[in-house]
Amino acid sequence: MSSTTSHIRVQDQDGVKRIEFVERNILDEANIQQIGEEIGRVVDSQDKPKVLISFTNVDHLSSAALGTLITINNKIRGRDGQLRLAEIDPQIYEVFVITKLNKLFQIFDTSEQALASFA
Amino acid sequence: MSGKPTGRERFIVCGDRDEIDRIQQGILVVLVRYGYDDAACFAVRTAIEEAVSNAIHHGNDNDPRRMVTIEYAADEMSIEIEIEDEGAGFDPESVPDPTRPENVDIPSGRGIMLMRVYMNEVEFTASGTRVRMRYEKKSGHTL
Repeated sequence: MSSTTSHIRVQDQDGVKRIEFVERNILDEANIQQIGEEIGRVVDSQDKPKVLISFTNVDHLSSAALGTLITINNKIRGRDGQLRLAEIDPQIYEVFVITKLNKLFQIFDTSEQALASFA
Repeated sequence: MSGKPTGRERFIVCGDRDEIDRIQQGILVVLVRYGYDDAACFAVRTAIEEAVSNAIHHGNDNDPRRMVTIEYAADEMSIEIEIEDEGAGFDPESVPDPTRPENVDIPSGRGIMLMRVYMNEVEFTASGTRVRMRYEKKSGHTL
């Protein structure tokens, strides 16, 4: 099943909510706040949320977007859930490395690898 | 250190996203024309994005009556960018290191760090209301 909201696309794959971004650049703080709220609703829709966020279409993101990912991660962990990130462009992955967020998040090269990692 | 790039352009914006995107794209077009590669453009764009975002949201406190001035000069050797807001200023040294274990879960505080990593020089002046950044093509950040 697939549904489209203004900033994200959500698919249900074997109990995992797989999220893709509609925009290629995740920079504007107002948009980022809406993205956070939309993903928050996806998280709230599951008891022990299993969420995979794919960056397959994303060319650029800001530190505000990183902040929203941290907030989402905190929310998912607080509900005994699991978050995976996948398909991150090398330049964006470097931002995760610089900020050491590659150690906070579980990041995979492909969505398939990330899906297989859920317990 | 190479000399200052010549030919400055100056923009005054109120926080309109489309306008900021147009200015960023215009600067990137200039960099590509001067032979800056993809990694350089990513670095400069990241730094501008973070500095403008800080100016609008933290400096000007999202007040649309307060302006942000973006000024830059570029040549085939380097680009220098100055961004100034109309806020009360801040002490950049007061921003905690976001990579410390006790701060890694905190959502904010990474913008200045990214600016410092991606640019060769980052200097805050005017009590923190103005930031000057410089990227040198030869020695700048590469992936």
